[in-house]
Amino acid sequence: MIYRKPPEGTHPPNDSPGYKSTALRHPKEPLVVIPQTLTELTGPAFPYGRIETSDSDLTRQHEGEPQGERIIVQGRILDDGGRPIPKTLVEIWQANAAGRYTHRVDQHEAPLDPNFSGAGRTLTDAEGRYTFTTIRPGAYPWRNHDNAWRPAHIHFSLFGTSFLSRLITQMYFPGDPLMPFDPIFNSIPDEKARQRLIAGFDLQVTKPEWALGFTFDIVLRGPDATPMEK
Amino acid sequence: MRGLTPFQTLGPFFDFGLVIPSGEIIADAAAAGRRITVEGCIRDSAANPLPDALIEVWQADASGKYRSPADTHSTTADAAFNGFGRVATDDKGTFLFRTVMPGRVPGPDGRLQAPHMAVGVLARGILTRLITRLYFEDESSNGEDAVLSLVPASRRGTLLAKRIGADAYRFDIVLQGAGETVFFDV
Repeated sequence: MIYRKPPEGTHPPNDSPGYKSTALRHPKEPLVVIPQTLTELTGPAFPYGRIETSDSDLTRQHEGEPQGERIIVQGRILDDGGRPIPKTLVEIWQANAAGRYTHRVDQHEAPLDPNFSGAGRTLTDAEGRYTFTTIRPGAYPWRNHDNAWRPAHIHFSLFGTSFLSRLITQMYFPGDPLMPFDPIFNSIPDEKARQRLIAGFDLQVTKPEWALGFTFDIVLRGPDATPMEK
Repeated sequence: MRGLTPFQTLGPFFDFGLVIPSGEIIADAAAAGRRITVEGCIRDSAANPLPDALIEVWQADASGKYRSPADTHSTTADAAFNGFGRVATDDKGTFLFRTVMPGRVPGPDGRLQAPHMAVGVLARGILTRLITRLYFEDESSNGEDAVLSLVPASRRGTLLAKRIGADAYRFDIVLQGAGETVFFDV
């Protein structure tokens, strides 16, 4: 069993001059190609702890309702062979509706929301599905370049089936006017791959009188062939 | 074939979402094996420590068994052994894991690999996860390790954790420039 290599242009190069923080932090030596061994082909099935229902509803983690536009984000976690990945951990974190993170270093002059922490986690079901209820995050300024603003996004962390399927990414919202100006979003060379980070507005997922729905499927590296039966 | 979802950076503001209680404990006190600590510092090309990096490690238990459904090579993994560790660096760019010395696991050629840990490095300014390996400088099997032998000899030392105490090792990570850590394409 071998995991397929990601096609060229799918993942952003770590040397991405438009994103200033990469300048001193990307390796200059070529990566050393190594074979996939048991070390890489295994991975944590379930890395830690219990998961509570409130962990996947970020609007129910405090006494009151958070400010902002309530949304539902759902989707499937699949491998690149189209196989759903059941019982895998999905972690998210995000800014609040005003574009402020509950993080000590975030100095953006926007209010914190006492009713919103902005972190969630869940396990996929047998079909690889996950659902979060949260608040649509706000855009926020950063100091990468003059008048730089991050488009609204939700950070995602995925494990999948092995050390090689691990993924950290960001989900964006359809129609966000900031995307064309964002060097992080645009660091992905392949246009089609970039578009995969934009969630779809989904009227089927939208709950009447309650919350807008978005669908965001995530595809992780997977084994090249179905493993042989023992 | 479905198109892969691309990587994006962790960004600077992740700790409220990703830092886990006891994330530095890879093996519980009850786990079999020689208890060790692995500490280190991560720096950029200007030798600035990274106060906003996330280090993840994955290793086999003392008998060389991964706690993973995908490891069918031996019977059972040590129940007190987790195998996964995740730590955010502190303001000085340092990290520390508490674990047991990993056992030897099968390599690509069927021969055993030297004891090692797989390491993933994530941070603001890193768009796609960097992957490396940590080996132990005082392990006699390093010389016969199939992966280590693929690394140019002049750079192999960047993957060897230094023994700094009876059961303590140090593994510094340099992202760029002099002493740059070897990173892998797997």
